Amino acid sequence: MRRLLFLLPVAMFVAVAVYFLLALNPNRDPTLVPSALIDKPAPVFDLGGLDGGKGLALAGFKGQVAIVNFFASWCEPCRDEHPLLMGLEKKIGVPLYGIAYKDKPADTEHFLKELGDPYDAIGVDESGRTAIDFGVYGVPETYVIDKQGRIRKRFVGPLSESAIAGELLPLVQQLQHS
Amino acid sequence: MLDELGHYALILALCIAALQSTVPLYGASRRHAGLMAVGQSAAVAQFVLIALSFAVLVNAYVTSDFSLATVVDNSQSTKPLLYKITGVWGNHEGSMLLWVLILSLFGAAVALFGDNLPPGLRARVLAVQGMIGVGFLTFIVFTSNPFLRAHPAPLDGNGMNPVLQDPGLAFHPPFLYLGYVGFSVAFSFAVAALIEGRVDAAWARWVRPWSLAAWCALTVGIAMGSWWAYYTLGWGGWWFWDPVENASFMPWLVGTALIHSAIVVEKRDALKSWTILLAIVTFSLSLVGTFLVRSGVLTSVHAFAVDPTRGTYILILLVLAIGGSLTLYALRAPALQGGGIFAPISREGAIVLNNVLLTTAAATVFLGTLYPLFLDTIGGPKLSVGFPFFNRTFVPLMVPVLIAVAVGPLLAWKRGDLRGALQRLWVAFAAALLVALIGLYIAGFKPILALLGLALAAWVGIGAIVEWAERVKLFRAPPDETWRRARHLPRASYAMSIAHFGLAVSVAGIAASAFEVENIQMMHPGDSIPIAGYVLKFDGTTKAPGPNFTADIATVEVRRGGQTVEVLHPERRFFPLQQMTTSVTAIRTNFLADLYVALGDPDDSGGSTIRAYWKPLTPWIWMGAVIMAFGGLLSLSDRRWRVGVAAKRRLPAVAPAPGE
Repeated sequence: MRRLLFLLPVAMFVAVAVYFLLALNPNRDPTLVPSALIDKPAPVFDLGGLDGGKGLALAGFKGQVAIVNFFASWCEPCRDEHPLLMGLEKKIGVPLYGIAYKDKPADTEHFLKELGDPYDAIGVDESGRTAIDFGVYGVPETYVIDKQGRIRKRFVGPLSESAIAGELLPLVQQLQHS
Repeated sequence: MLDELGHYALILALCIAALQSTVPLYGASRRHAGLMAVGQSAAVAQFVLIALSFAVLVNAYVTSDFSLATVVDNSQSTKPLLYKITGVWGNHEGSMLLWVLILSLFGAAVALFGDNLPPGLRARVLAVQGMIGVGFLTFIVFTSNPFLRAHPAPLDGNGMNPVLQDPGLAFHPPFLYLGYVGFSVAFSFAVAALIEGRVDAAWARWVRPWSLAAWCALTVGIAMGSWWAYYTLGWGGWWFWDPVENASFMPWLVGTALIHSAIVVEKRDALKSWTILLAIVTFSLSLVGTFLVRSGVLTSVHAFAVDPTRGTYILILLVLAIGGSLTLYALRAPALQGGGIFAPISREGAIVLNNVLLTTAAATVFLGTLYPLFLDTIGGPKLSVGFPFFNRTFVPLMVPVLIAVAVGPLLAWKRGDLRGALQRLWVAFAAALLVALIGLYIAGFKPILALLGLALAAWVGIGAIVEWAERVKLFRAPPDETWRRARHLPRASYAMSIAHFGLAVSVAGIAASAFEVENIQMMHPGDSIPIAGYVLKFDGTTKAPGPNFTADIATVEVRRGGQTVEVLHPERRFFPLQQMTTSVTAIRTNFLADLYVALGDPDDSGGSTIRAYWKPLTPWIWMGAVIMAFGGLLSLSDRRWRVGVAAKRRLPAVAPAPGE
């Protein structure tokens, strides 16, 4: 029994090493994530806004296609993604909404002051409750919601130029004309 | 020609490392003095060769020898001399060469200053050092050769990442590597002890100074990196829980546990197999950090160029070094004889608590750093767990650590008196309460965590002073008695008080960041903004050329009570070659608070964004780290290491221990 205890460190290391090996696989595609909520109605939420902002509620989207982006000021990948979001609304012609995930409103405000505000409206989800309802793993994540208020697509991690041009844009166009 | 000489020296160093990793080991098992002695000459020769090779590479950078591929990729002829030199380790190949240079330096130091070690132990330690050397030298020679030629040689190089052209960052890697690699000595000692199957007080006496030296360098290295982030990123953040920062922080946490538990082995002959494990884990975490930074499995601002072959190679190296040493540990450690027993409430008990908490903290950092990677490998997303995770896991673990830091040193070895210790700490408790009440009065309940942090800082800081006062019987004995005691207190004792006090200073600085004030405005020349009792008047920007950049330099007058107290010049530098902009902030400090001004983007109407912050106690974060490192160095200079050396030196001359 005592001997088994001494085997523990090496056993833990083997587990970690296997993960490292998998991580080195150049063929893994980090963007493939299924969501249980695809084609299901988006979870209902009604969030307060930043200082002077109007807040964000699902009830307000009815009848139009919308993009919802979960972000946070403390998140490095969100900083990477930000420049792409800046021109997004103009490019795709539907509203882009932001949900600030587990972030102090003051910090969110800075973040937007520093890098620019790409969002039509922002909801403050300081407790992370809405993110849990959506099944968010971590930030950033982006959801496409259709005219009937259903989640049609989920993008995990920062959006890329190719994801926007190849997937987001065609999907939004298709949803708008349906 | 010179470059080929450097390349040749490197290959020769690899051959010698191969010799060093085998012959002394065989010699030690056969108790053959001549074969064991090969380790010493090999270690010194390996160092001389790698130093030669490194000098050649430095020369290539200084003379802008664009026939070398790394010089082309990372340098340019107009770069200032300082950054030509520091550019040597500002890239993957050169930094690996610096890594093995420091490794061989430590190996040579063990060879030259290890006269008091039992010859068998020294031979085995040097052999293990040699094995690490073989691993990294093959890595350099086969996958990351800094002496590869570029053909045809271009007229000028591609330049260096402008972010790296800064004194703070330029000198931060050598310190980090001294720390990372320094722990290799503790690792080699641990593996050698496992091979021998023996750990005693003399072993701990040897391991501790090496670990302490590595720990000091790592402390300074981490502090420099964080200070650099603070003054260069332009918004005053100083710690980001970035994977690369975490890679240096994990060995620091476990290394801190190691330097404490080694005291128990040395003084009380207990916690042996645990200390061995810590020594292995500390260096293993340094290796894992190297893997994460260089294999491209994690994305980070600090990451070096990605190359999958390198990743695979380092992974194999990790499996051999860490897997091998931990397997050896699993086989041999159960047989190590435990020594002194102790009650839970005792100095040893306090150090065990410190160890448990610090290693758990390191585990949470490990999890937070690798969780995104794990998710990624099982088909999950790329994401960052960031501040909320670490604030909820790491910070609560630090609270009991800080409470215990003040109490532990007041407990006796073997069996301590907790109530007595707490009674003697009443001054520290009163100070903590006072700080908390003053904070409440000024700021209210809102920044409750920051108030807790400040109170804990007072508790630890005053606690360190109380411990010293107890030892010298301050106010309880006549002044001359106190003076006599103060002079005769061992340096190690002062070192501990100073290091713990430094911790308090850092904690205070970290906690007080919750009270910072800021004012971010788009300003036109002549505009003024208030901040924390100062008025900042913006007088516009001027353009100025630099050696390899052009700068926009702002003039900001700092006024207080209508008088100009200082003129600050925050800059933005544009590097045309790399098409990158960096920020040089201007900081006015009085060591109690920083007034921090950064120049942001200009707009079309001739205005500029000015970001101004007032940051109370922030400079203490790094002052505390420097005090901690000073404490470590003071402990290194303690008499007992030298006395130990002198007393031991006489012994082996009589006869090598026959039972070995």
